[in-house]
Amino acid sequence: MKFATFILLAVLATPAAHAVEYTTVLPKQSSIGFEFRQMGVPVKGGFKRFVTQMQFDPARPEAARASIEIDLASIDAGSPEADDESAGKLWFNCSVYPKAIFVSKEVRALGNNRFELHGTLTLKGKSREMAIPVTYAPGKNAATFDGAFVLRRLDFGIGEGMWADVATVANEVQVKFRIAATGK
Amino acid sequence: MTASNRYSTPAIALHWLIALLIFVAFPLGVYMHELPLSPDKLKLYSYHKWIGVSVFLLVAIRLGWRLTHTPPALPDGIAAWQRRASAVVHGLLYLLMIAIPLSGWLMSSAKGFQTVWFGVLPLPDLIGKNRELGELLAEVHEALNFTLLALVILHVGAALKHHFIERQPFLQRMGLGKKERT
Repeated sequence: MKFATFILLAVLATPAAHAVEYTTVLPKQSSIGFEFRQMGVPVKGGFKRFVTQMQFDPARPEAARASIEIDLASIDAGSPEADDESAGKLWFNCSVYPKAIFVSKEVRALGNNRFELHGTLTLKGKSREMAIPVTYAPGKNAATFDGAFVLRRLDFGIGEGMWADVATVANEVQVKFRIAATGK
Repeated sequence: MTASNRYSTPAIALHWLIALLIFVAFPLGVYMHELPLSPDKLKLYSYHKWIGVSVFLLVAIRLGWRLTHTPPALPDGIAAWQRRASAVVHGLLYLLMIAIPLSGWLMSSAKGFQTVWFGVLPLPDLIGKNRELGELLAEVHEALNFTLLALVILHVGAALKHHFIERQPFLQRMGLGKKERT
């Protein structure tokens, strides 16, 4: 029995074949967070619910594809008061635009397991082309894809009217994500 | 002039500067927390915190000064219990002037907002984000403030009573009115 367990663990722990294509995203090990400045104070937040679809073969990165759909109502904007406010018309206007959607168009290999993910982010009815640097880290059980970029909230009309004043809430939002995925 | 019945000039300056800041921060705190979220609310919260940190630092300086400089003796004819009461109230005022900004700073950290003095100088978060603790500290902060309000009323009332009713040269001690009567 012990021996059988050992064999099983050994098999599971063996890195998958090099030709693995990562297609199954592990939501519990994936995260999307952000940080912005409010009156000079860094405030952290994130989204709890999002669906990621991807295909990534390290041997053929240019053929990779990814799309992310974020449920904007799942936001943690730093405080319960800010969570409520963010759903309103001036911010995400969640009742009309409940989701943020990113769809990739092209992946460029930069070397050293670093890639540039080009695609379109659609948020609050506005679509913008983005280039997001992503670092790929192969792992025993799952590979991770870490990305970070700066989103200017006013490009998407996030925080209109009285909130457009970037001296109070900064325009730049640092977005960080980690997507964990396994092969077939 | 002899300064014997008057606090030293730095002590007087610190007293009035701190009093002014508290008289701005207190009503601001009462007013701001009922506001719906808006950029103005965020600004007022920041101003309140900046004032609080300033009070904290000024009180630290003032305590250092107080511990190294003897205050002027109280006028003759003040009852022993009043002298004791005055010492107790002064002690509590100092304690609250330290504890109140401290509780506000901790509350802010517990609610997940670092305090950044004048939007430039970040204070370390001594405790992590914790909603229950944040709400508890908010109540502590409020209770300490209303205790301070009661003590300030007592403090100002006693000074005015000694000065105007008992006609003792009291307000001069803190630099008000004529400097010296000999």
